[in-house]
Amino acid sequence: MSVSSKVLPMRTEEDLMIVRQTVKAWMIEQEFSLLEQTKLVTAISEIGRNALVYGGGGSALLEQLLENCRVGIRVTIEDQGPGIADIEQALQDAYSTGNGLGFGLSGAKRLVMDFDICSKPGQGTRIKMTVWN
Amino acid sequence: MNPIPLFHIGDFLLVSIPEDLSDSMVTRLQDSLSRKVIKLQIKGVLLDLSSVTIVDSFIGRMLGNMASITAMLGAEAIIVGIQPAIAITMIELGLGLNNIKTALNVDQGVIMLQILAADKAIDYVSKQ
Repeated sequence: MSVSSKVLPMRTEEDLMIVRQTVKAWMIEQEFSLLEQTKLVTAISEIGRNALVYGGGGSALLEQLLENCRVGIRVTIEDQGPGIADIEQALQDAYSTGNGLGFGLSGAKRLVMDFDICSKPGQGTRIKMTVWN
Repeated sequence: MNPIPLFHIGDFLLVSIPEDLSDSMVTRLQDSLSRKVIKLQIKGVLLDLSSVTIVDSFIGRMLGNMASITAMLGAEAIIVGIQPAIAITMIELGLGLNNIKTALNVDQGVIMLQILAADKAIDYVSKQ
C-alpha cells in the first residue's frame, strides 16, 4: 500500500532534475543502498527524458510503499504523447527512433525490480517502476 | 545555471563534472571544452566524475563524444573518478565507454596524461 505520494510536473529538464532529487532524498531516508539509489534515479532519467522529448512532457507520481514491513518506492511517469505502437520492439536493446543510443527503455527496465509499461498509439505512455528495500 | 568550470593546469584541463547534470549543461560543456582545448593549446583533458551521482545514456554518450572530440583536436582525454555504483549502473544500462581511457582518480589521470604526452613527443621527434 501507498503510505505517501506526491505528483510532480515533468515539463522541463529542471522538472526532471527535481523528480530525480526528490526520489534520491526518499531513498536515502529509507536507507536504500547507494547502488539501488543510482539505478532507480538513472532509470527515472531515461524514462523522464523519453516523456520530455517524445511525449511532449507529462507528470511523475512518486509513491512510498509499505508491504509486510518492506518499504518500497514506485515512480509512475506519464505523458500524453504519440505513444508506442510496438512495445516489444521498443524494449529491445539498441532500438531507438531518436538520436539516443537506444538503451532508454530496455536499459531502464534492467535497472529496476519491477517495470510496467502501458502505451497505445495516440494515447500516451505510462511507465511504472518499483523498487523494494 | 552556472557553466561547469574548466581548470587550466599546465598543458592540461581539469573538468570537475558536478553532482547532478542537466542535458543543457552537458551540451554547453561540450562546446566550451572544445573551444578551450584549441585556444589554450591543451595537450590533455581530465574529465573528473568523482562527484557525479548519475550517468544515463545521454550523459554517457556526451562524455564519450567529448573524449572523441578532444582526441580529434590532438589532445588526450581521460575519464577519472567513476564511482562503483555508477560503473555498475552504466554497464547494466548498456553503456560500456568503449575506446575511452579511464583512470582511478585525478592523481593517476595526471600521471597517465604526462606519460601519453611524453610518448607522443618522442614519437614525433623520432619521425623527424
